[in-house]
Amino acid sequence: MASALIDAPKTAKRGEIITLRALVSHQMETGYRREISGAVIPRLIIHTFTCHYDGEEIFRADLFPAMAANPLIAFTTVATRSEPLVFRWLDDAGVAITETVQLVVTA
Amino acid sequence: MMFPERHSRNNIEPSSDFYLPAFFIAVLFAINLSPVPFMAVRAAEIPLAQRQSGFELMQAETQAMQRNDLSNPAMLWVREGEKLWDEKPGENGQSCVACHGVVTGMAGVAASYPTLDTASGRPIDLTGRIQQCRTDRQRASAWPRESRALLAMASLIGLQSRGMPIMPAPDPISKAGAARGKALFNQRVGQLNLSCAQCHDDNWGRKLGSATIPQGHPTGYPIYRLEWQGVGSLQRRLRNCLAGVRAEAFPFGADALIDLELFLMERAAGMTVETPAVRP
Ligand code: HEC
Ligand code: HEC
Repeated sequence: MASALIDAPKTAKRGEIITLRALVSHQMETGYRREISGAVIPRLIIHTFTCHYDGEEIFRADLFPAMAANPLIAFTTVATRSEPLVFRWLDDAGVAITETVQLVVTA
Repeated sequence: MMFPERHSRNNIEPSSDFYLPAFFIAVLFAINLSPVPFMAVRAAEIPLAQRQSGFELMQAETQAMQRNDLSNPAMLWVREGEKLWDEKPGENGQSCVACHGVVTGMAGVAASYPTLDTASGRPIDLTGRIQQCRTDRQRASAWPRESRALLAMASLIGLQSRGMPIMPAPDPISKAGAARGKALFNQRVGQLNLSCAQCHDDNWGRKLGSATIPQGHPTGYPIYRLEWQGVGSLQRRLRNCLAGVRAEAFPFGADALIDLELFLMERAAGMTVETPAVRP
């Protein structure tokens, strides 16, 4: 199930520091658990999260098996231009979840 | 149990919520430290003015998570429910929206479930009602209890009642169910020989290991529980409490669980629905 929630302002003044919060639904199977038969449940986690804005990668995180399911990532950036913010999660199965929100920057 | 771990993700089996050693210590402490011996306290109902949601006992961070729909992970399930509302899964090509219109029309529904199912003459919970529409009216396969789809739909319908007062079903059959639920609530069960009331009426606000005992109101269900790392139903919560006192948990959908749900709704009558809530 690929679904994400983005908490970002719709508008910001140029130069303003804005907080972005990205919540995604993912089971984040650690790869350390076993079934009752002893078989390892294969690892299936989001390993990379990125955010692009105004032509640049403004945030990147490498995630590891200790991460909770449905991770919430919060960070800040400086509003520069009216451009989309593109959030991307990439998991072990090669599935990418992408979510885009438009930011309007005023003078 | 599918996985040996105590906190297995997505494992809906009722592994004990209360770490057992901590639990025993807590009980012993209660016996030794409380002015009235814990086990001797007679379950007294909570006065109306003192009733409060489990929300009030949560840490500020967890409360903030519930307050903001963009940080409440349960809203991910709600989004999924919105998609399912428009889907046509069965042979007859009927979607929920085709018969019911926009989902906002479900306002108040969750606030008064379980209720009487006139067809069977028995109380039915919201999940049961959703299943009925799915199998009988959409001619689609039933969603398993605690499946993601069913919880998503129940969260979506529950959300439509958010902010509304709980209104227990007034019909005599539901009332009789609530009365049976009340008896269960006050009955000691399990190897620990404790009743729901001993924790939720007599000792709410006190610590049980690391958990704070809430009053046990059904105001927020389905909930996103941090420990589950997912959304779960009221019945899952009740099965956890039963396992916590080392009682055999009633199976999902059992009449006894519906009776308990009916009683909890009666006990919480007038309290505000907060679905989908976040809980530790
Ligand atoms: C073919 C038409 C039809 C479809 C499709 C349908 N329903 Fe229903 N639904 C009904 C009818 C009829 C009732 C009963 C209304 C009554 O008795 O007051 C009902 C009742 C309900 C109720 C109880 C409402 C109340 O006031 O107590 C819920 C909840 C519900 N449906 C959910 C759903 C969901 C969720 C879906 C899709 C998965 C769905 N329904 C699909 C016809 C339909
Ligand atoms: C030994 C004490 C104990 C007993 C007995 C017990 N519970 Fe609980 N219950 C708890 C604790 C502790 C929590 C909260 C767990 C947490 O937040 O980690 C809880 C949570 C709940 C909740 C969720 C409240 C909310 O705010 O979401 C409900 C409802 C509930 N219990 C009902 C019951 C019922 C019904 C019974 C009897 C079948 C029962 N409990 C028996 C300790 C108990």
